[in-house]
Amino acid sequence: MTIRTSRSARAGQYLALLAYLVFLAFPFLWLVSTAFKPPRELGSLHPTWIPHSPTLDNFRQAFDEQPLLAAALNSLVAALSAAVIAVLLATPMAYVMARHRTKLSAAATGWVVVSQAFPFVLVIIPLFLILKNLHLINSLVGLVMVYVVWSLPFALWMLVGYVRAVPRELEEAAAVDGASRLRTLVSVVAPLLAPGIVATALFAFITAWNEFFFALVLLKTPSTQTLPVVLTHFLGAEGVADLGPLAAAACLATLPSLVVFALIQKRITGGMTAGAVKA
Amino acid sequence: MISTTAKARSGRGSRRGADHGAWFLVLPALIPILVLSVGPLLYGVALAFTDSQSGRTTATQWTGLLNFQDLLHDTLFWDSFRIGLLWAVGVTVPQFLLALGLALLLNQNLRFRWLARALAIIPWAMPEVVVGIMWRLVYNPDAGILNETVRDLGLGDGRDWLTGLATALPAVILVGVWAGMPQTTVALLAGLQNTPPELHEAAALDGAGAWRRFRTVTWPAVKPVALAITALNFIWNFNSFALVYVLTNGGPGGRTRLPMLFAYEQAFRYGQFGYAAAMGCVMVAVISVMLAFYLVGRLKGGDDQ
Repeated sequence: MTIRTSRSARAGQYLALLAYLVFLAFPFLWLVSTAFKPPRELGSLHPTWIPHSPTLDNFRQAFDEQPLLAAALNSLVAALSAAVIAVLLATPMAYVMARHRTKLSAAATGWVVVSQAFPFVLVIIPLFLILKNLHLINSLVGLVMVYVVWSLPFALWMLVGYVRAVPRELEEAAAVDGASRLRTLVSVVAPLLAPGIVATALFAFITAWNEFFFALVLLKTPSTQTLPVVLTHFLGAEGVADLGPLAAAACLATLPSLVVFALIQKRITGGMTAGAVKA
Repeated sequence: MISTTAKARSGRGSRRGADHGAWFLVLPALIPILVLSVGPLLYGVALAFTDSQSGRTTATQWTGLLNFQDLLHDTLFWDSFRIGLLWAVGVTVPQFLLALGLALLLNQNLRFRWLARALAIIPWAMPEVVVGIMWRLVYNPDAGILNETVRDLGLGDGRDWLTGLATALPAVILVGVWAGMPQTTVALLAGLQNTPPELHEAAALDGAGAWRRFRTVTWPAVKPVALAITALNFIWNFNSFALVYVLTNGGPGGRTRLPMLFAYEQAFRYGQFGYAAAMGCVMVAVISVMLAFYLVGRLKGGDDQ
């Protein structure tokens, strides 16, 4: 940048950035701080940012109070299956949408947009009835089916951007060499797309791991419930002493998505840029 | 290397074959979409015209517009609808302005930018339920940091933010703004990075101040992204559920009962599937009309530039 910014303007910018950082970070820091506080400090009238005598008791108590481990396992199974299946289904379709401007592609793009506008309640009631008839209520299989379809729009959107970034000439060269369509897709396009596919899968994983509404409606028996649903069991008439385990469990539930997110942060912004350019 | 004519010929020659291949590639995704997304949506719209209920033994019957007539007189629903609009606008507008500010800052050559970028994205990665729990801890009347700060600043004893009739809605709106800022910031940042820097420099050379440079160079470049993301945010916010479910569950006295919470209760607490589906239809219809006006208005407004 050759535009010179005056010193006072720079100072103002840093101040504004600091204000943003405080606003974005303080609730998270408070959550972590609460998770490590013993009950005595939680009950104190003057809570402090840094626990005087930090403790891991809250984490132990959280595991005692609710079946967190089982819930985490349910979440993991649901999120992993949903991510893998969604990407397997979406990649070929995204390829067609990116490479062929057919009516089908237009319809699919239209659906991606429209599906965003519908309130979940209009989708969940029929899904609930359908899955009930199939005896897939209270089952992770039913939930995974819903998650797959639900994560397809964004997966398609990201993947279309990644496919567009693959040079067309490579495919044409393969076609000239006599490779079939499927062959081209598997041995030429897929390897180049791999990083984008992984990013899309991880994003679908996070979405499913964090999802709450469908899980709340579809999973009623405690043994099948996913982490977000189980977390809400901590809520209700919580006394001050229960805040510790609540915070501890919330921290644990966030860790996996934070780690995965850190891995793909750059790619997500890249994918969004690709989509934004298109828009 | 292939000559251009060969390229064109192979492209044209395989056209028909390509279309067959295309179907083969599209079907694996298309079938689940039709069965589990398009189908249920149509089914859901159809349910709105029936008396479908949970756990009933008699057959579901068509009732025509009865659900919609009932809705028209359901003041609780319209209260909830009004709250939903207040919430959606109250979240979307500050979210956009704050995110635009942050995106502009992150686009500058500031130190600690990497830290700010990482932090700015954290709320995006958190489960909504955790965001709700986190802010419940912040708002907690006794052990929360907000009241402690209020007391430290000598502004009184603090309040019970989430259960106060006057404070509940603003309090949940603030959380909504916080939670949705990352996506908006990232999208706007992407738009900003598409702005050609030469234009900025040229404008600066011509003596344009920061505000004029923003108006004439930056804004036209980010405008498409800004339009798209505010429209999406508005829809997402209007349809949001988990945050408020965890924060207040619609209380106190329905002051934060968003339409989705209301419809959820109707469907899965009282088992009124048909009635809840009708609510969903009304929500889609109103939102579509509002968005159409917004987008058409904005796009027209952009022609003069």
